[in-house]
Parts: sequence; structure tokens; C-alpha cells
Amino acid sequence: MSNLHIRNIVRWVALVLFQVLVLNHMNLGGYINPYVYVLFILLLPVQINKSGLLLLAFLLGLTIDFFGNTLGLHAAATVLLAYARPGILRLFFKNLEFSTDEEPSISKLKPGGFLKYTLVLVFIHHMALFFLEVFSFQGFLSTLSRIGLSTLVTTLMIMTLALLFASRKK
Amino acid sequence: MRNLIVFLWKHQFFVFFVILEAVSLTLLFNSYSYHRSLANSTVNYITGSVYASYSEVTEFFGLKNENEKLAEENALLRNHLPVVVGQSDSVLIEHDSNYDYRAAKVVSNSVNRQNNYILINKGENDSMAAEMGVISSKGVVGIVIGTSSNYAYVMSLLHQNSRLSARIKKNNHLVNVLWDGHDYEEGLVVDIPSHIELYPGDSIVTSGNSLIFPEGIMIGTIREYMQSSNRDLSEAIIEFSADFNKLQYVYIIENKMKPEADTLMSAFEN
Repeated sequence: MSNLHIRNIVRWVALVLFQVLVLNHMNLGGYINPYVYVLFILLLPVQINKSGLLLLAFLLGLTIDFFGNTLGLHAAATVLLAYARPGILRLFFKNLEFSTDEEPSISKLKPGGFLKYTLVLVFIHHMALFFLEVFSFQGFLSTLSRIGLSTLVTTLMIMTLALLFASRKK
Repeated sequence: MRNLIVFLWKHQFFVFFVILEAVSLTLLFNSYSYHRSLANSTVNYITGSVYASYSEVTEFFGLKNENEKLAEENALLRNHLPVVVGQSDSVLIEHDSNYDYRAAKVVSNSVNRQNNYILINKGENDSMAAEMGVISSKGVVGIVIGTSSNYAYVMSLLHQNSRLSARIKKNNHLVNVLWDGHDYEEGLVVDIPSHIELYPGDSIVTSGNSLIFPEGIMIGTIREYMQSSNRDLSEAIIEFSADFNKLQYVYIIENKMKPEADTLMSAFEN
């Protein structure tokens, strides 16, 4: 197994455990639920096989669902995020060259670029997630504010984690 | 046919995306049924054991608080003791022997979703079944909706479909308690007759009408009363007595007479 595989397996396990054992028990003001596990999908190599990307997203979402007894909810939202990812990467970073197996890391995209990339994809994910969870447009504004606030907190946490790991590598 | 395959292959990213979304959404909508079955009880076995070992760790850090709560509860029970012993031949005994209590530990719990569930470590092996009531030492927590051999799945009061028959303790009027999905500490009391005045601090208790909970178990206290402007039924905000964010031990209530009552009722309803 290559270094890349081991790194991703460790990342998968760590993010899933962090999500289901710590973050799922956090409740900030009754509105905010951060879902940091999507960082796994954000950091997969840019040149990854696209169907593989979708499959990994599906499996990741399903794992989170198993722990939260929300079968299909996170899977649907995470697959949507994975589907949007190649387009967003092309849209924001078409001037950047990525070698095989290179990850869209914070050092490659620059903090500003990584923030933009994270913010947009997390927003797409949370939008799908929260609307599927309530499954109605009743209380539209309250759902929208949950989406907005949770997106901000998730993004903030992802930036912190990404910066921590980037600095450790140097 | 060949063209179709070529087309699908060319757009495999999109096609695969649609397939995976279809699978996810099918799973999701199948799991939305109100009395959802525990079709995933094998999964529950796995996730249940992960949560169980995790809660063994966190439990340790909550020991102090838990001890205090146990002490409080002991005190409360002690207070009841002379009443029971002293008047054992009187009809005033509050203890309703139709109900059986047993303790269970919370294995997983959430408060931040729109529909919250609680997993507890007693299942069919401990003769648990659906439609048993669940309370903590402070108040009502939820209702068992499914069981596997070692775990039971509880629909928390914090659920969009939860609707609990209750009464106002001071005047015995029947009301209903719901949850509006916002704050895990607050619920909504509805169907309050408009001539009733409620004040902050008034107690809301179970009515005993559902045969799931015995009568008079604390649900919460009124935080704010919202008198209806016309002559409709009023509403109030209730502060739940149970602290859903800190649940560790709960009691399961079994009404031993419920099957009999259910048979009787269904016989006359048909």
C-alpha cells in the first residue's frame, strides 16, 4: 500500500470517529451542527477517478449515517458534494497544475483559495443535508439560518485542521 | 443499444451520480416511516458496541454529577417511604403497581437533529418491547419504538412526530406537549383552553391517558404563556425537566395492563 492510501485510510478513520464521537454530541445554540468529516472528500487527489470519488463519498456518508441512524441522509449530501467538486476545482483553479496523486492541499491552493473551495462545497453539502433532514420548506428561514451558521462553523473547523496538518508536515 | 451504452459510458460520472443519489434517497425515505422498524438491527449491533465502549469512557467523567443525581433521587424515594409504609392499607398510596420500572443506560443520544432518537442498552432479552415509556430521574424522556436483542431504540420527546398527552398539574386540564425543533430545552404546550391562566413555573405532568406513562410524571414547567388573542386554544413554552443533553441513566416503564386495555379498546372500536 502506498503512502497515499495509508494517509487516506487514517484520515477516514480519524474524521469519522471525530465526527460521530465528538461533533455529533455538540450543540451550539440549538442551531449549529458542524460536519467536518467532508474534509476527507475535499482532500482526495485532484486527478482521482471520478466514479471512485463518488463511490468513496457514498461510503463515507453511509458510515456517518450508520452511526447516526439517518440512513441515506449523509450519503445523499456527500455524493452531491463529490459530484460538485471537479467543477468547482476547474472553476476556481484552472491555472493550477496538479500532478498525479497531488491533493488540493492548503499550501497548493493558498489559504484564500482553500477557504473559497471549502466554503462553497461545504455550503452545497449542508444545503442538501439540512433540507433533506427537515424535508419541508416549512420554517424555511430557520433552516436557512441553520445552514448558514453551520457552514461557517464547519468551514472554520476545516481551515483550522488543514492549517494544523499543513504546519506539521513542514 | 450500442449507442446507449456509449452514451452512458461517456457520461458515466453523471450516470453514477444519479444512481448513487437514487440509492441514498431510497434508503432515506424508507427510513422516514413513523414507527420505523429496526431493519438495521445488525448495524445497530456494530455501532451500538462502538458507542457502548465510548460511553464507558465518558461515563467516568460524569460520575460526580451522576452521584449527585442519585443522591437526590434517593432522598426523594426516602421521602415517599413513610407514606407507603405508614398507609399501606389506605387507598392513598401513589405507587401504581400496574407499572414496572427498570433501569437502563443510554448508549447514544442526540439533541441537535429535527428528529432525535436514543439508543439504550436493554433489549428483547430484558423483555423490552415497543411503546414502553422512558423517563429519567427528572422527567419524561421518550417512548420505545423498536428493539433488537440487546438494545432498544427510543423516540425522544425531541422529535417532530412526538405528541404527548399531558395535564396541567394545578387544575387537571388536559393539554398536549410537542417539540418545535428549535431548542432541546424547550417544547410547546398546545390545546390549552383559552379560559385557563398559566404562569411561569406551573408544572405540566403526564396525563396517564395513553397507558404508556403512569399519571403525574413530570414533563416540565411553563416558561412563557402565550394567550391566544381570539377565542382559540392557547399555547405555552415549556422547559423540559429532563436534561436531554446529559442523559446517562433512564428508567423504562412497562404498563402490565396495557395489552389487556388495548384488546378491550380494539374490540369496541371495530
